[in-house]
Amino acid sequence: MATTGELSFFRSLAIQFRVLHALLMRELITRYGRDNLGVLWMVGEPMIFTLGVTALWSAAGLSHGGTGIPIVAFAVTGYSSVLMWRNATSQCSAGIEQNKPLLFHRSVLIIDVFLTRIALEVVGASSSFIFLSFFFIFIGWMPVPDNLLLVLAGWFMLAWFGSSLALLVGGGTAFSPLVHRLWHPIAYLLFPLSGAAFMVEWMPKKFQELLLYLPMVHGVELLRHGYFGSVVRTHYDIGYMAECCLVLTLCGLYVVREASRRVEF
Amino acid sequence: MLSVEHVSKVYETRRGPHKVFEDISFTLQRSRNLGILGRNGAGKSTMIRLISGAERPTTGRIRRGMRVSWPLAFAGAFAGNLTGLDNLKFICRVYGIDYKPLVPFIEDFTELGSFFREPVMHYSHGMMTRLAFALSMAIEFDCFLIDEAMIVGDARFHQRCHYELFQKRKDRAFILVSHDVNAIKTYCENAVVLHDGRLFAFPNVDAAYAFYLQTLANKPEVIEQWQM
Repeated sequence: MATTGELSFFRSLAIQFRVLHALLMRELITRYGRDNLGVLWMVGEPMIFTLGVTALWSAAGLSHGGTGIPIVAFAVTGYSSVLMWRNATSQCSAGIEQNKPLLFHRSVLIIDVFLTRIALEVVGASSSFIFLSFFFIFIGWMPVPDNLLLVLAGWFMLAWFGSSLALLVGGGTAFSPLVHRLWHPIAYLLFPLSGAAFMVEWMPKKFQELLLYLPMVHGVELLRHGYFGSVVRTHYDIGYMAECCLVLTLCGLYVVREASRRVEF
Repeated sequence: MLSVEHVSKVYETRRGPHKVFEDISFTLQRSRNLGILGRNGAGKSTMIRLISGAERPTTGRIRRGMRVSWPLAFAGAFAGNLTGLDNLKFICRVYGIDYKPLVPFIEDFTELGSFFREPVMHYSHGMMTRLAFALSMAIEFDCFLIDEAMIVGDARFHQRCHYELFQKRKDRAFILVSHDVNAIKTYCENAVVLHDGRLFAFPNVDAAYAFYLQTLANKPEVIEQWQM
């Protein structure tokens, strides 16, 4: 630190990791506390959501168009995907406001706050998905995935989409509080369109085209193709989803950089 | 060396842009110190935030050639359900040092007893300030940023802060902002005055103080003279 702060790449990387570690440990306690389950809530919370939705959809006997997809597997794959893009973004949309005082530590940047929250949500939702799948497969309510590699690919794409959206929305809140306000209704309205509660194949042709403009629909379809194999016809274009994610990521990173110039106390 | 170069800060308000200050420059060498005097609302805390790096200047730049602290005794970053110890661990992780050797000092200085391992939300204001000050001493900085208004406590607390800061760490640089001239006269070798969005420099603390009195009395004609 002798001169103006031109740090070597590796030194910067070391600082980056230690800041993320510090924020992760802090966030775990501030969010989940030490009482009762503590940090296990990171997995418990999304699990309860998913189980609740699974129970509701099973009880309602959601229409499958006679495709023979087990309802439990359908709900678990669907709702877990929603968690991937919705929760990280919601957390980041409140990230600046809740962590602003930490910026007094010069190595803590807004992007660190976002990366921490995204990591927690992705890990939480993934663990919940894995745990529930294992459990339901074990008791025989869910089939074994047809093609695990496709499932992972779908999951990765959803994680990428969620992370880039989280950066964009989180950074956007520094520009206008409207972004935070509007995110929640938007998330609510996107949920029924996100492909979680239906397969694209079941929809009218005209509507399918419109739905496939939404990037996450491709991710869910890919995930389900991997899970159910050829039981159902899926519609997705990973190239299109990757393009969307790439654009979102670039915009997100730009907005986050601008956000750090705009933060006021 | 710390150098503040042509720094301006503008906030957007409902009535349009509000300029807190414009084109401010000064430098501070290692082991030296500077007092910043200013009336309420003159922009002293804004200046501290800019120097600490929590906020960016609208124009101009701030170069830090030494390790500059966060504002001393700043308690705003405490999360209610973290304990005093959690907060120490957090800060040590951020700055990459081991927290264990520091625990005895923090426990001794804060006199929190068993509360050191209780959530901060159960602390009194005084306990919070003592913890915040002690944590600022945990990291070895070259330059401390001190907002006098933040360090509020009883005589014993002040005495101990004085010892930690101005005796044990008397080789360090610091910037002390205050609206009270006594603190600045006691601790600073020189002072500047923030007034009306500008920074006025003087050869010594007494001259700065004389000018500051004029700004308090709000005599624009006298202030104009100084601006020449």
